[in-house]
Amino acid sequence: MLEQRSRTAGSATAAGLIIKISVLALVAGLAVWAALPLIAAGAWWGLALEAAACGIVFYVYVQRRNIPLKYLIPGTLLLIAFQILPVAMTIGTSFSNYGDGHRVDKDAATEAIIAAGVQQTPGGKTYLVAVGDSAAGDLTLLLTDTADGSTWAGDAEGLTEIDAEIDATGRITAADGYTVWGLEELNERQDELATLAVPTGEESGIKVQGLSAFEGTSTRSYDEGCDCITDTATGLVWTADNENGTFVTEDGEVALVGWRVNIGVDNYTAILTDPDIRGPFLGIFTWNLAFAAGSVLFTFAIGLGTAMALNKPGMRGTRFYRTFMILPYAMPSFAMLLVWAQMFNRDYGLINDLFGLSVNWYGNDWAAKAMVLIANTWLGWPYMFLICLGALQALPSDSLEAAKIDGATGVTAFRKITLPLLLIALTPLLISSFAFNFNNFNAIELLSGGAPFRAGDAVGGTDLLITYAFRQAFGSSTSDYGFASAISVFIFLIVATISAVMFRTTRNQEDVYS
Amino acid sequence: MTKPAATSVRPKRRTFAKWAGELGWRHLVAIAVLVFGLVPILYVVSAAFNPKGTLSTTGLLPTSFGLDSFERLFTDDNIPFGRWFLNSLVIAVPAAFISIFISSLAAYAFSRFRFRGRRPMLLFLLLIQMFPAFLAVVALYLIFGTIGDYYPVAGLNSKLGLMLVYMGGALGVSTWLMKGFFDTIPKELDEAATIDGASHAQIFFGMILPLAAPIIAISGILAFVGTMNDFILASLFLTDRPEMTLAVGLKTLTADNSPASYFGVFAAGTLITSVVTVTVFMSLQRYIVSGLTGGAVKG
Repeated sequence: MLEQRSRTAGSATAAGLIIKISVLALVAGLAVWAALPLIAAGAWWGLALEAAACGIVFYVYVQRRNIPLKYLIPGTLLLIAFQILPVAMTIGTSFSNYGDGHRVDKDAATEAIIAAGVQQTPGGKTYLVAVGDSAAGDLTLLLTDTADGSTWAGDAEGLTEIDAEIDATGRITAADGYTVWGLEELNERQDELATLAVPTGEESGIKVQGLSAFEGTSTRSYDEGCDCITDTATGLVWTADNENGTFVTEDGEVALVGWRVNIGVDNYTAILTDPDIRGPFLGIFTWNLAFAAGSVLFTFAIGLGTAMALNKPGMRGTRFYRTFMILPYAMPSFAMLLVWAQMFNRDYGLINDLFGLSVNWYGNDWAAKAMVLIANTWLGWPYMFLICLGALQALPSDSLEAAKIDGATGVTAFRKITLPLLLIALTPLLISSFAFNFNNFNAIELLSGGAPFRAGDAVGGTDLLITYAFRQAFGSSTSDYGFASAISVFIFLIVATISAVMFRTTRNQEDVYS
Repeated sequence: MTKPAATSVRPKRRTFAKWAGELGWRHLVAIAVLVFGLVPILYVVSAAFNPKGTLSTTGLLPTSFGLDSFERLFTDDNIPFGRWFLNSLVIAVPAAFISIFISSLAAYAFSRFRFRGRRPMLLFLLLIQMFPAFLAVVALYLIFGTIGDYYPVAGLNSKLGLMLVYMGGALGVSTWLMKGFFDTIPKELDEAATIDGASHAQIFFGMILPLAAPIIAISGILAFVGTMNDFILASLFLTDRPEMTLAVGLKTLTADNSPASYFGVFAAGTLITSVVTVTVFMSLQRYIVSGLTGGAVKG
């Protein structure tokens, strides 16, 4: 009985059993550790999820029957957490107006607007102000109470006490989890500060005035009946627009703080119909296709040419050549992109120096496009060379010999026999190379950063969709997470479609040739 | 029809022409491409050893020699290069190891077991890996912002959080790569081992993994290098200067946000970084060609 069991069980030996038990113990320990902060914060959904994951792990490894699951579960959990969930969230976010001005829910937005109407009351608390960004990127006031010196962090959602380092005057200079602004940033982003108010109660809040802040009561109040906010001091009435997640006055003026709502496919239709977006978007899209296709074409041409040249048994120096040709591939690509960026410097760069040019590579659309293609070709051709060489050496020699006997000379043999056979073998790799270059964020960001930008234009001459989306979400001026997510989904659809079509055609080809 | 005959009676004295036609052009192509390939690398070396360390004084060939840039790299308080280097390794090495291990587990299941949902799962894996992690960068940013609220060790601005993302991102590709290789290991081996009383775990750890060493090495390198080279996620996750990875850190040394005199220091840092990647590549050179084409190229 025992013997029989051990044959089907995962851990046939004592050592295996011990390893299994200790790993499970580790999982249990980790689960308890992970549960504590969830319990403390009362995040019951999170806790349930965590318990479920833990339960599944234990069930899978304690039972004996479903062996494949034992091998799949670690990957599945990791995949769900860090690939599937983000993808699902990206799709979800793409249907919302999440971003600057729409970060919070309606209650918080209401409170923030009320707090913005705060007037100083005599005897109210006053604070010394420093400003910073939280780890999640939210604008935060870092406040020092002038009465007792306690330190607080306040954002559009409310006030929390924090530990912080202060300078001689009492102003906060550093705090865990916050990036404190320097003077320069303070100057640049004054406007954002003026509109920020920290709600502290139903109708009270903290407002900034210069380099200090005060707490006071608001002249504004929310009325549920009309779903509006009334300012008794100015007589203004903001009515909630629940479709767009904003408060609007009768004159059509929109309050600065709105809330997050589902806006359906608006982000997508904006890409297709809004002329301000559609024009530049089409431009980026065309260039993006050209960049990816061009990168694949150039790297493949050079790689294949070199591989053909070196694919000659008995040729001297092939080992030497090959070793040095791998070098560009082995160099860290991010660093080499930065080096190329310097090589294209107009005044002191190597390229202008060597060729006696004075091209402003970053100022001219076409020069910038040529620049990123040249640098990206340099980065990619050794890979193409390696796979072409591998494929050439794996080609069936009989078909080439047969061609020779039939009188096919070099060029014809290459065009009619070698190239088609190579393409069949390499198409999957060429497709993935295309997909990779389609989203080659590094190449653009590290080389040109999207430049050249025309004055007041959000779109650069070398921008790819992905760099454009990234700037929409994390750029210095605005963050529109919803729109950026929509572009991400769009990119995915494009890449998936192109890949699917290409795979299908190659599969048909393969049927023909084999 | 007469062409083949004509070439066979080619006069013998044209030996140089023959050499040029057969081998000469090959050398020419190789040398031309090599020049294109090596110029930027030469430029980095020249810049790194340029004692002045500025862009304007750096040419393709070094005019003078000095280790000043390397010295600054390790002594300048403003450039925590050692920390960056360590951060990159601390993130990339475990991320590569763990993701490769987990992928190999999944690849084993896909290659050796037949179970319900196997094909859909494989297809799904192919699909999801076309959605690279950085496309979901907005969502990752929001997710890790939330995670950081509960577990500061794994939130934004933490190495652990970034590592988790990298691990998840490498799974799809390496699972496919390894499954393809596992399929080429004869099933008879498994059967023989089973008859000898080996459990599935013993077969996997004792037989399949050692046999698959080349593909594991390749997947590991690809995952490692991919992680080292990542910029988009690292720049978003790690914003404190001493916490940055090499990619993000070295970027801060280039002209955009630094005086041009940092160029030599940057080149020196690049050179030291490349020692790691080049060593890894060169030592595994013979696996790389077969690994890159594995599965796609059938003999």
